[in-house]
Amino acid sequence: MIIESQHKSAIELDNLSIHFGSDESLVKAVDQVSFNVPEQQSFGLVGESGSGKSTILRALAGLNQHNDGNMFVEGEALQSKRDKAFYKKVQMVFQDPYASLHPRHTIDKILAEPLAIHGFKDSERRIAQVMEQVALPSKFRFRYPHQLSGGQRQRVAIARALILEPKILLLDEPTSALDVSIQAEILNLLNRLREELSLTYLLVSHDLAVVSYMCEQVAVMQHGKLVELLQVNSKGETHAKHPYTIQLNLASKGYDRKVIEEFIDHE
Amino acid sequence: MSHSNSSKNTLLEIENLNVTFSSVHGPIQAVRNLSFKMGHEKIAIVGESGSGKSQTGRAILGLSEGNVSADKLIFDGVDLQSLSTRDYREIRGKRISMIMQDPKYSLNPVMTVGKQMIEACRIQMKVSKKEAIKRCMDMLEAVRIRNPQRVFNTYPHEVSGGMGQRIMIAMMLLSSPDLLIADEPTSALDVTVQLQVLAIMDDLVKERGMGLILVSHDLPLVASFCDRILVMYAGQIVEEIEASKLNEAQHPYTRGLLSCLPNNAIKGQPLATLQRQDSWLDEVPNRQEQDKNAQESLV
Repeated sequence: MIIESQHKSAIELDNLSIHFGSDESLVKAVDQVSFNVPEQQSFGLVGESGSGKSTILRALAGLNQHNDGNMFVEGEALQSKRDKAFYKKVQMVFQDPYASLHPRHTIDKILAEPLAIHGFKDSERRIAQVMEQVALPSKFRFRYPHQLSGGQRQRVAIARALILEPKILLLDEPTSALDVSIQAEILNLLNRLREELSLTYLLVSHDLAVVSYMCEQVAVMQHGKLVELLQVNSKGETHAKHPYTIQLNLASKGYDRKVIEEFIDHE
Repeated sequence: MSHSNSSKNTLLEIENLNVTFSSVHGPIQAVRNLSFKMGHEKIAIVGESGSGKSQTGRAILGLSEGNVSADKLIFDGVDLQSLSTRDYREIRGKRISMIMQDPKYSLNPVMTVGKQMIEACRIQMKVSKKEAIKRCMDMLEAVRIRNPQRVFNTYPHEVSGGMGQRIMIAMMLLSSPDLLIADEPTSALDVTVQLQVLAIMDDLVKERGMGLILVSHDLPLVASFCDRILVMYAGQIVEEIEASKLNEAQHPYTRGLLSCLPNNAIKGQPLATLQRQDSWLDEVPNRQEQDKNAQESLV
């Protein structure tokens, strides 16, 4: 509903391919993937481990080189080296909040670092503001990550991503390391922030329920290829046609012996 | 090991299990007055991180680092608390196996997967090396590892998390234990593989009468897989319910866990969040009431 008149795309992938290794051990981690993420939309990438979904995210963030194809952010083609302006626009939140925060930096220092790199002067105000945005009480400001729970740490990671006021967040399984009750809090937070700050999300997850709740479009990936692009309707339903997606859907509904017997390895 | 398939036979009986850790801030009770009985069936222990579910599993195996005490801790007629270290070792691995949560820390990093599997197989079943290799290969195939020969020769750091978990599962099933404690055995696996691995365990329960304790945080999954669910909160069982009746759960904690899942949520509306209540902490199931009173009268 938000996107009607805005056809500009925040992220565009055009035949992106990423390979690892060479010769016999060549792995096509991402194989000619194209999609478009309109501004202010939430776009989901699902698939099993090794399907290439995180690799795409890392390539966008400049953490992986790509072999072929093009990536565009707000219409501009990405070069192999990203400049500072890019990171002011695009930020990433990682899967494991236990590993993504520096253990010997206080929350204050963790949040001040991006500001220092980008030469912001009003760090005091920004840190206070961003902590309020992610609903972290100010008493946590001078604590260390190990003194925080998993959910609080993920809030810090989201705050660190938001402090530069980016337009696009790359979210790599932001709740899969958290308990379901904490997952609900973080998903609510992400939805609220997207609305308040007009953000665009590219959300990677293996959990179909999370993605259909959060996103308007979902790309299903398998063995590096995009097998199906699904529109999620307002009820959170998708109408999958590809047999692989249908099998994923069935599997996420729980244990049913009859269904499992009919699983095929989609090679 | 001839057990009847009847699930009425008690395989494990626990009464008032307590696990305590000492800390500078005083003792921390990880498990509080936990009691349950199980037969040759599939039970699930669910709860959030820190609820004491893994510590319960470790206490049964005699691997807890805390102070363990229980009125009863009986496995198939054997009082586990009276066992010597050596006798415990005879049971551990052979009759009670545990699949640990993190395969990367549970496998020996400087030994190939094959070598450690063969070692486990030969110690427990006293078979020839050739026979051991065959059994290991078969088991790796059973957990849907496509190229067992390649995996056999790799070191644990060379395999993915999901593969490591499957290796652990294969290793623990080699000795065909009577009781399997599986601590989040499938959390790093893809949904389809996860279900296939559960199907292997299901077969062992149905065909060989194994008892299975599945420690998990995934309520919908255990509801569709297990027979009974024990819900843990802050070290105690707050609710015990038949898996098929999970939707009729009474305890506000269980209800809260179910309602914050995105599976049934309405798009565009915030998810329900769990409002924890202090009263859940001192709620103790009836079975322990008397015992608690007795303890107080001793003091």
